[in-house]
Amino acid sequence: MDSDVAIAIDGLAVRRGKRDVLHGLTVSVPRGQVVGLLGPSGSGKTTLMRSVVGVQRTTGGSVTVLGMPAGSAPLRRRVGYVTQAPSVYDDLTVRENISYFARVLDAPAVDIDRVLAETGLTAQAGQLTASLSGGQHNRVSLAAALLGAPELLVLDEPTVGLDPVLRSELWALFHRLADAGTSLFVSSHVMDEATRCDRLLLMRDGELIADDTPAGLLQATGAPDAEAAFLELIRKREGAASASHGRHASDGEPR
Amino acid sequence: MSPHRTFATTARVLTQIRHDPRTIALLLVVPSLLIGLVSWIFVDTDVFARIGPAMIALFPFIVMFLVTSITTLRERRTGTLERLLAMPMGKGDFIVGYALAFGLLGLVQSAIAVSFAVWVCGLDIAGSIWLLFAVAVADALLGTTLGLLASAFARTEFQAVQFMPALVFPQILLGGIFVPRSQMPDVLHAIGDWLPLSHAIDALDAVANGTHDDAWVWARIAFLGAWIVGAVVVGALTLRRRTA
Repeated sequence: MDSDVAIAIDGLAVRRGKRDVLHGLTVSVPRGQVVGLLGPSGSGKTTLMRSVVGVQRTTGGSVTVLGMPAGSAPLRRRVGYVTQAPSVYDDLTVRENISYFARVLDAPAVDIDRVLAETGLTAQAGQLTASLSGGQHNRVSLAAALLGAPELLVLDEPTVGLDPVLRSELWALFHRLADAGTSLFVSSHVMDEATRCDRLLLMRDGELIADDTPAGLLQATGAPDAEAAFLELIRKREGAASASHGRHASDGEPR
Repeated sequence: MSPHRTFATTARVLTQIRHDPRTIALLLVVPSLLIGLVSWIFVDTDVFARIGPAMIALFPFIVMFLVTSITTLRERRTGTLERLLAMPMGKGDFIVGYALAFGLLGLVQSAIAVSFAVWVCGLDIAGSIWLLFAVAVADALLGTTLGLLASAFARTEFQAVQFMPALVFPQILLGGIFVPRSQMPDVLHAIGDWLPLSHAIDALDAVANGTHDDAWVWARIAFLGAWIVGAVVVGALTLRRRTA
């Protein structure tokens, strides 16, 4: 297994109910970088992230995480996962929440104060989680994922509803973690977060339409920003599709 | 499974409940109030003496079933269960952790319900009150573990609430409270004999009326124990790390 690869996905297919959410997705996510997964809601981002964490029932293909099949038992302490809705206990205080997850993960007790500080929740530690604002609530969920210093962090829209200051603080934290060797796989539907990533995956309708660095993406499309680049890619694909009746425009696979 | 994750889960569930004093009050007092109500309805008759023991089986069982199934379902809905199962958390740790936490509450609840029935409502107990208490605790634990099992099966709150009539009411109807099981059609009699609540009711009746010896009552408790263990095992096996 290539040790530079955090996540290797090959031909991943997921069907939820009667809908094909992912149909044969192939992509790899490098280690030690902040890789953004961008796309409109409903494009399959969450399904892809759940497949990486190993909680999604898949219908085909393979997902290899840190050299092992996704969801295998040793990965459960090496991968941190934050769901879109904050998955913490409303009726516990912030500290009670984090200490419980620390005990489940066998994380050292000093980790609790570290993750609270990293997510700026030290002052709220004694507060009941239900009484927090939406942004703080999300950060409790993020703090729990940082416990035990996982090698890979899978974060599903961690910055939704945060004010700009906090958002930029969190992105700074993500880059500090990446510099220390952590791989981050972060989804967002906010296009202006694209420039904060080391690498970008753009998704639409369960398909990958770009896999590039932010600079490379702008250069390839000649667009001024990520949003315009996204539109440009879609236009090109649709143009190519109607011209050749093929489904895959060449700019969708830059590798 | 690992003991420290199981106990961490038990402690966490109890801490959650500690933050909600009204739930504690409802949990501990409601069965006793219902028993008191039944005894008041039949104040000038001998009916309460006859059905009182069954009420000790019934109300804590239903309350524990409901509370447990909804609490664990909430865990599923808020995504915390998914998070735990993506962590090194055993499925058994989760179910047993819950069973211990609610079992402890059931213990306190049963103590209050038995004391209330005997000393406030004047229920006559021919046998040992400790034995009555032991059956009541086993019965509350049964409610807890069947609630866990139901929520492991249920995918939505609506389903969980439906499991209450589906799993609990037949046991009440076939348990022999309304009509003695021996007077039911043979098929229903046979089914009723295998349902755990029937054995709880029989055991409480036996202790209250002194109709059987202690060994017979302990055999009923062992039967309840088998159902309790079975529900925990099946509940743990039913939990899925991967969902659609």
